[in-house]
Amino acid sequence: MSGYTPVLHLVTCGSVDDGKSTLIGRLLVETDSVPIDQLEYARTTRRGGSTVPVGEVDYSLLTDGLEAEREQGITIDVAYRHLNLANGRRVLIADSPGHEQYTRNMAVAASNGDVAVLLVDAARGVRPQTHRHLTVCALMGVQTIIVAVNKMDLVNFSHEVFEEVMSEVRTTAARLGVEQIYGIPVSAVTGANITTKSDDMPWFKGESLLGALAVWEPVGRVANEGFRFPVQFIIRAEGNFRGYAGTVVAGSVRPGDEVMVTDSGNSARVDRIVTSDGDLQEAKYGQAVTLTLDHEVDITRGDILASGTSLQPADRFGVDLVWLGEEPLAHGRSYLLISGSRSVPATVTSVRHRLDVVSGHEHAARVLNMNDIGRVEIATDRPIPMDPYVQCRDTGGFLLVDRVSADTVAAGLSRHAMRRAFNLVPHDYEVDHQARSALMGHPARVVWLTGLSGSGKSTIADAAVRKLHAMGIHTYVLDGDNVRTGLNKDLGFTPEDRAENVRRVAEVSKLMRDSGVVVFVALVSPYRSDRETAASLFVESEFVEVFVDTPVDICSERDPKGLYAKAAAGNLPNMTGVGQIYEPPVSPDLILRGTGDLEASANLLVAAILEA
Amino acid sequence: MHQTVPYSAVLDELEAEAIHIYRETAAAFRNPVLLYSIGKDSSVLLHLAIKAFYPAPLPFPVMHVDTTWKFKEMIEFRDKRAHDLGLDLRIAQNLEAITEGVTPFSHGTHEYTRLMKTVALREGIDRYQFDAAIGGARRDEERSRAKERIYSLREPGHRWDPRKQRPEFWRTANTQLAPEQSMRVFPLSNWTELDIWRYIQRESIEIPDLYFAKMRPVVEREGTLLMVDDERFPLDQGEVPEMKSVRFRTLGCYPLSGAVESTADNLVDLIAEMETSKLSERSGRLIDGEGGGSMEAKKAEGYF
Repeated sequence: MSGYTPVLHLVTCGSVDDGKSTLIGRLLVETDSVPIDQLEYARTTRRGGSTVPVGEVDYSLLTDGLEAEREQGITIDVAYRHLNLANGRRVLIADSPGHEQYTRNMAVAASNGDVAVLLVDAARGVRPQTHRHLTVCALMGVQTIIVAVNKMDLVNFSHEVFEEVMSEVRTTAARLGVEQIYGIPVSAVTGANITTKSDDMPWFKGESLLGALAVWEPVGRVANEGFRFPVQFIIRAEGNFRGYAGTVVAGSVRPGDEVMVTDSGNSARVDRIVTSDGDLQEAKYGQAVTLTLDHEVDITRGDILASGTSLQPADRFGVDLVWLGEEPLAHGRSYLLISGSRSVPATVTSVRHRLDVVSGHEHAARVLNMNDIGRVEIATDRPIPMDPYVQCRDTGGFLLVDRVSADTVAAGLSRHAMRRAFNLVPHDYEVDHQARSALMGHPARVVWLTGLSGSGKSTIADAAVRKLHAMGIHTYVLDGDNVRTGLNKDLGFTPEDRAENVRRVAEVSKLMRDSGVVVFVALVSPYRSDRETAASLFVESEFVEVFVDTPVDICSERDPKGLYAKAAAGNLPNMTGVGQIYEPPVSPDLILRGTGDLEASANLLVAAILEA
Repeated sequence: MHQTVPYSAVLDELEAEAIHIYRETAAAFRNPVLLYSIGKDSSVLLHLAIKAFYPAPLPFPVMHVDTTWKFKEMIEFRDKRAHDLGLDLRIAQNLEAITEGVTPFSHGTHEYTRLMKTVALREGIDRYQFDAAIGGARRDEERSRAKERIYSLREPGHRWDPRKQRPEFWRTANTQLAPEQSMRVFPLSNWTELDIWRYIQRESIEIPDLYFAKMRPVVEREGTLLMVDDERFPLDQGEVPEMKSVRFRTLGCYPLSGAVESTADNLVDLIAEMETSKLSERSGRLIDGEGGGSMEAKKAEGYF
């Protein structure tokens, strides 16, 4: 059993114009993978624009989209189909729609791919999207790329045309470091070189497309690579059984092998490899098993059991992101990072560049938009172990999830852990914020006032501070405008800059909280997720979120800074409540009406602070 | 060079994938449930679930959506399996519709299915506050399933919104839920009907007898053979059910499950018969037959 592959994951790239639906339809039909009633449907049904005569199979109907897609004019990223090869191998096809701007869909389909079939229309030659497909496949770690040069019947089965396409493709593939690339001249319409070799192209000496898929073997997954086993679930059962359930995502393991728990650095030996069909003598790549260890070690879900190449936790990484979200990446905003079975809050600390997927050039960038791929730095709240993606997809790939909507906004590929993270060790000072609070005679708090410009945040803060001051409580106010004239004068008002503004103010308020004072923050802070990021720096009782709720028409009537007037004149496109939205808090600790009595509002606020 | 891949190796890989999904679901969700519909796919689903957590018992309950029109044998089989395996079995029913006398004969297939299956399922999930429901749907069942996710997100009200479906990378799942969202999870996504049968054979999984050919009382309705499972079946005046050697490719409500004439009374014959027939299994299901994409429409309402 020399590492044969029972199930091959195939990704197909190309557009409808390249004949992709026809190619996939033909692969399905020729491998007998379509039930006869569905085949009958493709023989008898015709949709507008079809040129295939009734009675013949319209292959494109076999790979048709959903009603919802057609009606709503949307495209679902990937369709999954399967076929069986004559030698018993299963091929799982991940097919992403051909709209060429949909880099993200390609990335999803390619993320599990062993092999990509990249269609090029022989008559039209290599096009920008060919480079795009090559780039995404290479980035996502697809090992082998088969270039299916299609519609050879339209170019008289010309050897020359085929070689021209291949030479151009090979140049790009070499730049991208693709491991294996070869070409097959085909015609999806006539079936040439799909299942069997075609007589029309005697000059072609290679395998047919299905033949190539049948004999393919992986280049990597070598026997002596590091062992990786992310723990998904801890199984406890009668007789003191404690096993760690998961899937081997790299390497292999045998009883007696020493494995390290990546987070704690503790190690133990594997005692048994448990399955319901009996214990195994070895667990290899892809097997879902349960490991028991020779002695008790502290292990939780998300830990990785590893051996071989070293895997150390870090909290800063250089990564590539494929941006999937409709809203652009905001650096400074906190996302949930999911790596294997672990999730941890993470922040993008800087955007280095955006990749032009056609030319391969790197462009300076500050944001990433949907379908962009770019290099960024991220910081995680806790150190986590991640391999470089090129070594292992499962332990090097991760998702970024929006903390409010729970949508997946990015797929990340870890490139390297940043060493400087290991050199930063926060010093634990003996006089901490609790000690200072004791000396102050009152606890430290962060009071976060959010609301529209002109809602009365500063006025209310001012009134409350005067009362607290009179009671001998130490206070300070971080006011949006005051901070923006100094510390944050490099920031503007785009959503990304607002996120960074909030992040910095939150960090400053945390330092001031450590000094023992009650810190007021009076900041528009329009985005819920930014405020949640701020709140996540504190324990619940230390952070008081106050929503100063004043209708926008009253704010613009007051207009103490003349901003609404400017916005109305079109001079302030990013004005919250006018050009940008304000997301009110879902469950603030206190809601104050900016139209209410100031004295009463200040009293309510003081009471809330003293209670918290 | 042409190395033959044994079928068992394909099954091993599909099994490992399903077990991985089970473990992730059990760990990541607050209150998952296994939707058990008694048929062959559910039998495989249950078998895999037990394997995934061995030697511990199943860490979540199983729920059956009971329309009261299932084959009698199915209910007997269900109760016996639940007893033998020590399952925490919950039953979901649309009591209101049952009281109102909704039947597949009186209300038309679509409305009946919506009330007795879709609504019953939604109510069951809401009543027990399940946040993830594991089902046996496969991508090869129907064309519209080719785009279904393994982790299929449902919006408030169990609505399936194609725009909100999450991209699935590697083995890594985003199992986070916003308020009132829930998840449907399909560990058998990449299995085919033949895989199911081969796996049942390999693992000796118990399945209801209805899958095997036997003399059964049937009548013909619009070209479909239906079994007269009890006295509620409205026979035409003077009509007498005919005894025929039939079996079922899919099991559901008996008035909606078309039988096929067959003599395959064991797994070996059955698999042989299946490999030659090549009809998609849903071709025998009356509920899918109402216009193209009807499966998709039902899904948008919250059906499996």
